[in-house]
Amino acid sequence: MSAVDSVRDRLDALPDVGLVVGFIASIWAVMLVLAIAVGGANWANLAVGFIGSVTVLIGGYAILALALNLQWGYTGLFNIGIAGFMAVGAYTTAVLTAPTDPAAGAVPGLGLPLWVGLIGGMAMAAIIGGLAALPALRLKADYLAIVTVAFSEIIRLVVNWDGLAEFSLFGAPVGTGGATGISFKSANDVAAGLVNGVGQPLVTAADGIGVSGPNLANLTYGVILLLVVAASYWVLTRITNSPFGRVLKAIREDETVTQSLGKDTRRFKIKTFMIGCALMGLAGVLFRGQAGYISPQQFRPTITFYVFAALIIGGSGSNTGSIIGAATFSGLLFYLPARLGENISLGGTRAPGNIIDAVGGLASLDPLPLLAYIISNVSTLRFVLIGVVLIYIIQNQPEGLLGHRNEPATSVSLDRPQSRSGGEADE
Amino acid sequence: MSEPDAAKRQETAVTSDAIDSPLLEIDGLRKEFGGVVAVDGATFSVAEGSLTGLIGPNGAGKSTTFNCITGIHEPTGGRVTFDGQDITGLAPYTLANRGLVRTFQIARELSDMTVLENVMLAPGGQVGESVVRSVTPGLRGDVIRDEADVRDRAWETLEFFEIDHLAHENAGNLSGGQRKLLEMARVLMTDPEMILLDEPLAGVNPTLEEKLLERIHELRREQGLTFLLVEHDMDVIMNNCEHIIVMHQGSVLAEGDAETITSDERVLEAYLGGDV
Repeated sequence: MSAVDSVRDRLDALPDVGLVVGFIASIWAVMLVLAIAVGGANWANLAVGFIGSVTVLIGGYAILALALNLQWGYTGLFNIGIAGFMAVGAYTTAVLTAPTDPAAGAVPGLGLPLWVGLIGGMAMAAIIGGLAALPALRLKADYLAIVTVAFSEIIRLVVNWDGLAEFSLFGAPVGTGGATGISFKSANDVAAGLVNGVGQPLVTAADGIGVSGPNLANLTYGVILLLVVAASYWVLTRITNSPFGRVLKAIREDETVTQSLGKDTRRFKIKTFMIGCALMGLAGVLFRGQAGYISPQQFRPTITFYVFAALIIGGSGSNTGSIIGAATFSGLLFYLPARLGENISLGGTRAPGNIIDAVGGLASLDPLPLLAYIISNVSTLRFVLIGVVLIYIIQNQPEGLLGHRNEPATSVSLDRPQSRSGGEADE
Repeated sequence: MSEPDAAKRQETAVTSDAIDSPLLEIDGLRKEFGGVVAVDGATFSVAEGSLTGLIGPNGAGKSTTFNCITGIHEPTGGRVTFDGQDITGLAPYTLANRGLVRTFQIARELSDMTVLENVMLAPGGQVGESVVRSVTPGLRGDVIRDEADVRDRAWETLEFFEIDHLAHENAGNLSGGQRKLLEMARVLMTDPEMILLDEPLAGVNPTLEEKLLERIHELRREQGLTFLLVEHDMDVIMNNCEHIIVMHQGSVLAEGDAETITSDERVLEAYLGGDV
């Protein structure tokens, strides 16, 4: 690529990158304000804690939303087995990297380095994704959905199964740990090692204003995840803004036409499915398995629907929208309400035990019981909020926050070539 | 239909084999849907560089024949030969890559993509259709160069069909006639040898119809393209096609030039719903 092209690409990318950075920075600002408001003297530590947690959530969901956007937003492949492909990635990494001589009662693994485990996890998720897709891609969209959701449950049940809890792989004892889960090399520890090693002066400085080491390490981990998001975004944008991406969009619009124009659509669909599943596998390790422990409980289908919610909010078909949607969903709808509920109290009003009592207060024109009820049950009620936001978006802005934007799938500027006069070429 | 008529029908079928250098040959094509026989032993050929018309009353099996030729349906029996090679039952994308493409009866634009994207999709064997090449920094130079060529050709093609002013519009916002032009532009971008047009003029106003026909003749003249045209408008067929095939009840009833067809009583009978 010539220097001119790369400069232009960078300029083209700038507004979107600015949008994403600005959006995430505003969420950080909201967390900071909340921490100052409720933290008292401990505000700095609380702020770093909030920001770290929200960043990890945003990073995890952003990788997943980007992967789903490639499959569903671009190609129309209705994959509702996200949780299963995350599990494949996470479990493969776990088996590859778990220590060969684990603590008593834990499951041994192959003891390989984490980076080998990550590559292995992504590769395995891609392979399993490809296998799942092979029969299903011959079918229509709805069947792919059924196959993938069944597949993800099968994967969860398989890793939950006692029979695989500990077995021998070419003579080496390995296993999934069954329902108790498995411990392996933690990606978090890598961040913590980084912070405590290279970042020691930072830790000391942070300690001076009351920020704890673990909180700082968690924030560092969140920032590392954002770097992974940035790398994924870069790759996916290049994939989608290319002739390959153009075929994907065409498959979403009308597969028969795409075939009639000489495209072997099945090959494109399988490749796309594998790339998306590899990213989902990566998210399975880095997000669900960040603490170095996974169990089947973490791969229930709910996470699949969270990712769909994030993508619908952000706008399916837009890579930038995927990240904005993930940040909105995980930061503003999922994380923020829970922290608000924990940290806000209404003076003396005690929260009623049930919704009837809470609404009953309204009869005597006293809104406080209802408010107190909402605040004390916010972790549950936020799902109502997410539902309301989804319904609002589907009714009023079905294309999500950024889905309406025209992001042409091409690697070059589409302006009319300057040398041609155009219009009257053959009159 | 009486005995002598059937004999005469055989005769016509034989003369059709005498076409010079046939590009597309259909031999005893048969397609059944459950118990319904949609195409029943149709046999005809299309000469290279010709504009051949395929007509017949509703339900004669024209569209099914099209679908069987282009790989959308798999024929129950019979043979399709294109450019000397047996292409029976091959997938649509294989046929398109060999130079046999089609348009659809109801224009099927890719509505959430721009007109330019629709047209740029079509060329075969684009370098950037490989993921690795599109992503890897060192290899992307080829993609950019190829893509620039495709873009330039796309603009030229849009200008040829006079829809270049709509290039950045979403295809879904186009009028019915503009969609027909877009379909033609799109198949042309695949660099075909032969184009099968399924009612390209249905619902098109006379001015646009004139324009489309002009383009078809120009493409024949200048690029030597072959066209097979399904159309209901008799005048269009009679005035433009040098060879006409009449289908009725799944098989070929008559073929020849406009004069032969218009003077064929069986054709009139079929169209007027006579006792068959």
